[in-house]
Amino acid sequence: MFSPFLKPAALTVVFLVIAGAASGQSRELRVCADPDNMPFSNIQQRGFENRIAELVAADLGAHLTYVWQRMGRGFVREYIDRSQCDLVIGVPADFRLLLTTIPYYRSSYVFVVPRQSNVKSVSLDSPELHGLKIGVQVLDENYTPPGTALARRGLQNEIVGFDTTGEDAESIVRAVAKRQVDLAVVWGPLAGYFAQRYRAAVKLMPVEPEVDPPGLPFTFAISMGVRKGNTALRNDLQNVLSTHSSQIHDILAEYGVPELPLAPQQTSISRGQ
Amino acid sequence: MTTPTQCWLRNLFLPALFLIFFAAYTEVPHAAAQDAMLQPQTEKNYQPHSYQGKVEPDDGQWIRPAKDYASTRYSSLDQINTNNVKNLKLAFTFSTGMTRGHEAAPLIVNNTMYIVTPFPNSLYALDLTKPGAPMKWVYQPLPTPASQGVACCDVVNRGASYDDGKIFYNTLDDQTVAVDANTGKQVWKTQIGDINKGESITMAPIVAKGKVLVGNSGGEFGIRGWLTALDEKTGKIAWRAYSAGPDKDVLIGPKFKPFYPQDRGQDLGVKTWPPDAWKIGGAGVWGWISYDPQLNLIYYGTANPGPWDSEARPGDNKFSSGIFARDADTGEAIWFYQYSPHDLYDYDGVNENILLDLPIKGQTRKVLIHPDRNGYVYVLDRTTGEVLSANPFAPITTSRGVDLKTGLLQYVTEKQPMVGKVVRNLCPTAPGAKDWQPSAFSPRTGLVYIPHNNLCMDEEDVTANYIAGTPYVGANVRMYDAPGGYGGAFTAWDPIEGKVVWSNPDHFPVWSGALATAGDVVFYGTLDGWFKAVDAHNGSLLWQFKTGSGIIGQPVSYKGPDGKQYIAILSGVGGWAGAIVAGGLDPRDESAALGFAAVMKDLPKYTTKGGMLYVFALP
Repeated sequence: MFSPFLKPAALTVVFLVIAGAASGQSRELRVCADPDNMPFSNIQQRGFENRIAELVAADLGAHLTYVWQRMGRGFVREYIDRSQCDLVIGVPADFRLLLTTIPYYRSSYVFVVPRQSNVKSVSLDSPELHGLKIGVQVLDENYTPPGTALARRGLQNEIVGFDTTGEDAESIVRAVAKRQVDLAVVWGPLAGYFAQRYRAAVKLMPVEPEVDPPGLPFTFAISMGVRKGNTALRNDLQNVLSTHSSQIHDILAEYGVPELPLAPQQTSISRGQ
Repeated sequence: MTTPTQCWLRNLFLPALFLIFFAAYTEVPHAAAQDAMLQPQTEKNYQPHSYQGKVEPDDGQWIRPAKDYASTRYSSLDQINTNNVKNLKLAFTFSTGMTRGHEAAPLIVNNTMYIVTPFPNSLYALDLTKPGAPMKWVYQPLPTPASQGVACCDVVNRGASYDDGKIFYNTLDDQTVAVDANTGKQVWKTQIGDINKGESITMAPIVAKGKVLVGNSGGEFGIRGWLTALDEKTGKIAWRAYSAGPDKDVLIGPKFKPFYPQDRGQDLGVKTWPPDAWKIGGAGVWGWISYDPQLNLIYYGTANPGPWDSEARPGDNKFSSGIFARDADTGEAIWFYQYSPHDLYDYDGVNENILLDLPIKGQTRKVLIHPDRNGYVYVLDRTTGEVLSANPFAPITTSRGVDLKTGLLQYVTEKQPMVGKVVRNLCPTAPGAKDWQPSAFSPRTGLVYIPHNNLCMDEEDVTANYIAGTPYVGANVRMYDAPGGYGGAFTAWDPIEGKVVWSNPDHFPVWSGALATAGDVVFYGTLDGWFKAVDAHNGSLLWQFKTGSGIIGQPVSYKGPDGKQYIAILSGVGGWAGAIVAGGLDPRDESAALGFAAVMKDLPKYTTKGGMLYVFALP
């Protein structure tokens, strides 16, 4: 699954974590992570969020432990609020249920289109979309945001639903590569990671427009999230994020995550507080 | 290792950087004061008109969730009356030892009381012939703990039914069980749903014509709704009627004759949805079932369509948010009526249907009375599905009425929710003008007693959320008290005039069932734990008792082995409204319990959790 060059880097970080623990430091960093959700995380700790967690733990000199939990409905209540774990590595920057850090990356939903196709640019408003088969992922019972935008344009009949997590997460990109659907709209980090496996067959293009009025966005800034009130940990994490910003972007790049620049104005916004 | 694609992406996205930020604050102009709000009308000169129709004979037991097939929740016992109810005393109690919401009605059969608890759905049998009603046995079906994860609104159970020596009920993990009423031994157990598909079961079954009728829950989890009939002797599935899909799945055939043209046509359960959307279209059957033995028809409502985002499912989304009449033997659909076509607000159609014969415009009509989540009390002709009247029983801004010619709900276009749009002053809210909490009917007063909500909501700015690493936005729903400044009420309703006769406001939504009795005393409970007896004629409070926890159960009345009349209620806060206590949600999180927690903020100050049976009698 992994290109060999990734391994030494991962091993180094693991070594640092073990060294930190062995030197008698007792601080523990309990991270809530999904056990089967590549490219974000998995129980083999191969996701980019695992890598970032290792980086953070090493910097804090903390012992890294995982609480493995599917991140569906109610999970914040069950796991973070009840102190089962301290930290979630990637949440939307203005996620209200948690105290969030400054965002450390920003990405977008992207169109995944066959590399050979004639499509030069594509927008949600492109008339060519009518009559195509468009892959969209499903979260619980709802389509991801592009599904709503497509339905608004009368394209609900064109939508083909795909799973978002687990083994089937790749299927939406594979379906484009194998021309089972004409194109797909996928959250950037997922699309970028799986597109690496089908580089000859697919290409990624940004979803346009970036926001479907009045307020349906396709780009999201991502932060770390801790339990409300745990400002000490949040501040520690922000220090780590500023210190290791370039390493984090390197990790994201290794996983093919399409990044957008972080807007400076957005970093200070924490709506509702 | 940046790919060219990503570089290009970066450049392209720069100009639009701040768009989201502003867009999130876009507001749609509104003026709450200018909103047309329908209000219930009050009957000024109410003249009691006792019921001329027939009521099922009462043997002093309580063997079905709604007492009788017509779902009156009326007890003909009259020892407890408006004069002596003030002397009502606690007779005995029983702790279930469970802390989630207790919504079930106790059953009383052959001097035994049966109680179904919330998950893990234990069934207790209490011996009423002995002092203090000690436990005879407990049956524990041991549902899988994972089923708690697919319950949208607390892990409740609404109760059991008795027939032919057996108690029938459902477990949260989709099993229907038959238990020997004497011994507590399991007779059969049938797995009829799959939690991995998001299905759970919370409803109380009924038994009609030798079949146990059960429906599924899980509209929040992408289920496909159905009603299933099981042979009461063997537990074998006799038929299953889906709420959406091709006609053959919905059991629609030549007998299907809906009253209105919009409900006629081939495969509407497919054609009124985007392709394949009906497969995960919700429309569960988690409410009440009534049965008319003479017409041999069963009546039940279907839940809201999924997904919640109505923009993603253009069309009427049949047969969601409506009512089916079906042949009790074969399940064939006879008629259907849709209360809320293309539901926009989570207005399930699953509330109770009270079957009555009422004089309407000089003619006695076989009707059913249905107080819907969308705010109207419907009177339908139960032989044809024609809407005879539909009058508001709570404040309504989301619609302008029901067109009695076409049967169509008149939606207010500017109140239509849209992802990212701010829409204010929506009444009723997602839990409806009234949720599952069942009404009662007294043939002595001719009135329907409706426990209900009095809430409005705003769908505010988008709020970011994520599932397993994938972000999305949803509306931030905030609920608040409707005009009057109270969260709920207990209302006496004249079904012939379509007007309120009296109404008792309550601080919180009234989330318990209602019980009417021949002593002209009506019982209900409040979320802060008061069990109340009021005068059936004018609503005046005659007696009340503070139970240990908030009440969301259904009161029942029965004749004990000593010949005395008893009143029983399960206390134990929870359910969707009470989840803030039972589920230990954070009151600071206004979006908890799907936006309902905001209006329940102070409930934890009024009550704590814990399930307990309370039984009362005169000294």
